[in-house]
Amino acid sequence: MTGINLIFWFIAILTIVSGSIVVLSNNLIYSAVSLLFTLLGIAGLYVFLWADFIAITQILIYVGGILVLIIFGIMLTHRITDVTLSQSSNQQILGGGIVLVIFLGLSYMILNTPWLENSAVEPQETIKQIGNLLMIDYLLPFEVASILLLAALIGAALLSRSSK
Amino acid sequence: MDLNSYLIISAILFSLGLFGVITRRNGVAVLMSIELILNAANINFIAFSRYSGMDFSGHIFSLFVIILAAAEAAVALAIILNIFNNFGSINIDDANKMSQ
Repeated sequence: MTGINLIFWFIAILTIVSGSIVVLSNNLIYSAVSLLFTLLGIAGLYVFLWADFIAITQILIYVGGILVLIIFGIMLTHRITDVTLSQSSNQQILGGGIVLVIFLGLSYMILNTPWLENSAVEPQETIKQIGNLLMIDYLLPFEVASILLLAALIGAALLSRSSK
Repeated sequence: MDLNSYLIISAILFSLGLFGVITRRNGVAVLMSIELILNAANINFIAFSRYSGMDFSGHIFSLFVIILAAAEAAVALAIILNIFNNFGSINIDDANKMSQ
């Protein structure tokens, strides 16, 4: 049990440290690479929560799709000669204060709420359950999501086309 | 490894993402911070799903959040590319006009 705890806290600290590098680093490429480690750590947390399908989806879509898209965005919006790819932040002290207050409020709420914990269940096969839910209870949102993705595809292609 | 530890990790990630959205001035960096916020919400969904006796509705919600994040990233990057072409930089404080 201690080994599992050790792995869990290792993944948690990896997620949080690389997440803070994402928002604090002055080099955009460093931010993108540490976003990779953050997303992988979150996929590890999903495995600890018995959500294996969501973990694989997270790795496929976030790491394989969105992160590559973000790195493309960084490369396309900086000139090649601009080696450092730096960026500036402002109002860090004011923003940090506001965010600290919000975080303390959230932590107070989390630690003082008597959550209903029912953790004694066995792991179940997730893919069958998710498939049943998607095809029976959530069929309409599923179809709407496909139309949304088609609209986003067409919209992104239309927006990023160079004007004549 | 109880529910509280997941919720605290998620709250830390949410606060980091909010800090990024508030302080960063680069459009792509703001987009990365928004991804952090969405992931924090996803951790909450999965954690509550696990600790309420494996109710799989939380999994479905987080799947839809991932789908929306993909669509949002594509459209947002197209908009950022247009801002870069029109204004010459992606500092979002510079993009304060609807047209040139």
